Amino acid sequence: MKFPLHVHLAVTVAWIILALYMIFLYAPQEMTMGEVQRIFYIHFPLAVTALLGYFFVFLGSIGYLWKRSQLADDFAHACAEVGFVFCCGVLVTGPLWAKPVWGIWWTWDARLTSTFILWLLYTGYLMLRAYVTNPGRVEVLAAVVGIIGFVDAIVDYMAIRWWRTQHPQPVIAGGPGSGLDPRMWLTVMISWGAFLCLFAYLVRQRLVLAELRRDLRGLRRELALGR
Amino acid sequence: MRTLGIAWTIFVKDLRVEWRSRETLASMCVFALLIVFLFNFAFESAREETLRLLPGLLWIAFAFAGILGFNRSFAAERENACLEGMILAPIDPSAIFLGKMFANLLFLTVTEALVVFAAALWYNFSFLPSLGRFALIVFFGTVGYVALGTIFGAIAANTRMREVMLPILQFPIAFWILILGTDATSDVLRGNTAAFAAGAARVAGVSLVFAVVSFLLFEYVLEE
Repeated sequence: MKFPLHVHLAVTVAWIILALYMIFLYAPQEMTMGEVQRIFYIHFPLAVTALLGYFFVFLGSIGYLWKRSQLADDFAHACAEVGFVFCCGVLVTGPLWAKPVWGIWWTWDARLTSTFILWLLYTGYLMLRAYVTNPGRVEVLAAVVGIIGFVDAIVDYMAIRWWRTQHPQPVIAGGPGSGLDPRMWLTVMISWGAFLCLFAYLVRQRLVLAELRRDLRGLRRELALGR
Repeated sequence: MRTLGIAWTIFVKDLRVEWRSRETLASMCVFALLIVFLFNFAFESAREETLRLLPGLLWIAFAFAGILGFNRSFAAERENACLEGMILAPIDPSAIFLGKMFANLLFLTVTEALVVFAAALWYNFSFLPSLGRFALIVFFGTVGYVALGTIFGAIAANTRMREVMLPILQFPIAFWILILGTDATSDVLRGNTAAFAAGAARVAGVSLVFAVVSFLLFEYVLEE
């Protein structure tokens, strides 16, 4: 790869520092919610990236079933692991924001419910990978579950429209009067960029690790045969 | 046509196995009845609350009883390497899926009929005024639920702790079938006929999506 991992790490760290500066010092204070609203700059990018992560799991799964490439499966697995961590972050930052603003930690509102389902989908996918008894079957079974899970995420998106919602309506591309201060807008984008960069870095690390593990297994097998 | 014929053969085989062992259906029915029974004491519902609790109670009983059946469906085939036999046979994997799914569908439908009968009896609730509409919604939801259960049952049969793995895969994905089914059932039992068409269409739509996806992906689950 042209973009070495340590450079990627340095870019990620610098970008995160920039994002932190913008979140805490640059972005103006929100009128009604006050300082608490700043968690939005963490919560929203995490949520979007976690959702995107499952889309990557879907792409990797399709890729594996279609081309049987090991890389596609590794990619799906890596994205699932990192996406799961991001999804946990969404479920932690959400209640922290909701408590002072709504007065409750949690409500079974549409978006919260579908985020929790996303978390369950990640959990199921990763547990399946850990529990399959025949090692040669993991990739195919995980790919099937990854694809059905993504279909479920789409159904989710449709079904929440038939459901009540308490979550703030989409502010980014919402209707008139839902606009974001340009400085807030910039901060969200920079923060999201930082999270995407971090996501990509972690996924790349996981891909390298998967490769190393396979090499190790191969070496062990050779050793065992040599004896 | 040939696929349907083979699916029918597998379906009849499953029924024959069930007729001789009477394991799956009996455990599903008893388990579902236990859920209805326990709910009664967990909530001690007053007469007027019954209508509020009943739809959710019914769908939970259906969902849990279904899990029992789906777990047996492919686990039973692993004994004596029956599954390998079916995979090696020169037949379409979709025929195996359909045969298994029809058998699961029949078992769950019988269980559901018993649950509804027991609920009507124990909760003093008459389903008769809206029985047709109610049955239609339950049927739509059950088809999607069983399709997912059949493919996940086959996947979970490849894992350690399959009894745990199956619900972990099944419930998050079947979530909307259960929720929309509960909603539509609630409307129907309240006699809200205006909401029936929309509710039934939603349940049928979501079920259809999952049934088609399960059907298409099943061949990958079976390959060895």
